[in-house]
Amino acid sequence: MKRWLQRASRLRVTLWTLIVPPTVWAVHFLFSYLWAAISCEKIGEWALFPTAFAIGTVIALVLIVASGVIAWQQSRTPGDPPPHQEGTDIDRLRFLAYSTMLLAGLSFVAVLFTALPVIMLGDCR
Amino acid sequence: MRGKHVAIAVLPACLLSACNRHQSTLAPFGADAADIRHLFIIMLVGAVIIAGAVALLMRHAVRAPEGAISHQKGMRIVLWLGGIIPTVVLMGLLAYSLPYMRPRPVAPADLQIAVDGEQFWWRVTYRPAGATSVDSANEIRIPTGRTVAFRLSAGDVVHSFWIPGLAGKMDMIPGRTNDLIVRADKPGRYRGQCAEFCGLSHALMAFDVIAMPPAAFDAWLAGQRRPAQARDGEGARLFAANGCNGCHAIAGVTAPTRIGPDLTHFGSRRTLAAGILPMTQAHVAAFIRHPEKTKPGVRMPSFPQLSDDQALALARYLQGLK
Ligand code: HEC
Ligand SMILES: [Cu+2]
Repeated sequence: MKRWLQRASRLRVTLWTLIVPPTVWAVHFLFSYLWAAISCEKIGEWALFPTAFAIGTVIALVLIVASGVIAWQQSRTPGDPPPHQEGTDIDRLRFLAYSTMLLAGLSFVAVLFTALPVIMLGDCR
Repeated sequence: MRGKHVAIAVLPACLLSACNRHQSTLAPFGADAADIRHLFIIMLVGAVIIAGAVALLMRHAVRAPEGAISHQKGMRIVLWLGGIIPTVVLMGLLAYSLPYMRPRPVAPADLQIAVDGEQFWWRVTYRPAGATSVDSANEIRIPTGRTVAFRLSAGDVVHSFWIPGLAGKMDMIPGRTNDLIVRADKPGRYRGQCAEFCGLSHALMAFDVIAMPPAAFDAWLAGQRRPAQARDGEGARLFAANGCNGCHAIAGVTAPTRIGPDLTHFGSRRTLAAGILPMTQAHVAAFIRHPEKTKPGVRMPSFPQLSDDQALALARYLQGLK
């Protein structure tokens, strides 16, 4: 775990990794809705429910948590000493990491909110 | 200043006066409306508690001297009160309310009632399992203690079917059938209302709902299945001569037609013109001559050429259809 975290802290958060959590959320959301619509229309019920859906949800949550943990690590990079007169690479990294972490939190909750109705209702009506 | 206080006191009273036990989610006679009221009360109490807590916190924040808490402590308050607690509360509410949303199970043997929204009335067809269907209009009767499946659609524009004391509302969409599964628990007379703007007389598109004990309901439905007990005479003659039978069906008397409300057992309804007028001879006669005076935009022509006596004869004839 420690080694893994160390390796993760060597990864660099960028604008691209920033959009990983919301993208996972979007894909999970789209997939849930498409699956429900198609499955209900064609079969009249949730055919592969619930195992496949639960596995997909867990994968999405793991991806989001992973990027959140990496971002959390890097948001703890020490900042430049004052005066804060101009934007530096460290500032940029800290900002991106912190934003990614917050987005990961939001996406985590959002994926849960999407999944809960499916798991608790499981009905096409 | 005084006027303002009076206004503040009177306003909620006006809102309360809109409450009545015939048409109110807060006075449920069905299982689903009872669920809705239960959830509403939980939300209301929770909202009051949260609003009170926020107000107290604000008072505290405004009065506290600058620097009363450290930056770090402030950030932690934001994290907990702004992030974690709301998330957990919302998640809890969602998990608690989801089971209530699970649709009621329905069996093929359950009574189906097809209701079509029309400008500005309701076409009602009872379809008991294994028996012929029964046409009616502008009034819905349901047995208590049994599951009933409403099959909702519309003939012209989008309407919405809402019996507040029974269940939530559901849209009626032309070319589509929406199912609303309900169960009434308390016998009584209630009221439903169109809840989607559908034209000039949208607000005048209501209906009576009568929940009856199952045995009484079965007897009533058997009676409705019998053709009309029509009397010959002036009224019957006028009904045919004025072309009323082109739009209104009276089973066993006129040829079937679906343009206007079915009048086979018109006389046994409690209200006239989709829950709007009391069922008195004077009102029926007046409505026949000038329906547009009661319901602007109504899809029935006026008959100003009928004399008072003729209109009364028609009313007498129609009210005799029990
Ligand atoms: C062009 C079709 C048409 C003709 C002709 C017509 N009606 Fe109607 N009638 C309607 C429609 C549509 C309504 C529903 C009005 C509403 O409530 O919006 C209605 C409603 C009624 C109602 C109230 C029904 C209820 O359930 O409350 C009565 C009574 C009635 N008509 C009687 C007559 C009589 C009597 C005549 C002949 C003199 C007549 N109608 C001719 C279309 C017609
Ligand atoms: Cu309507």
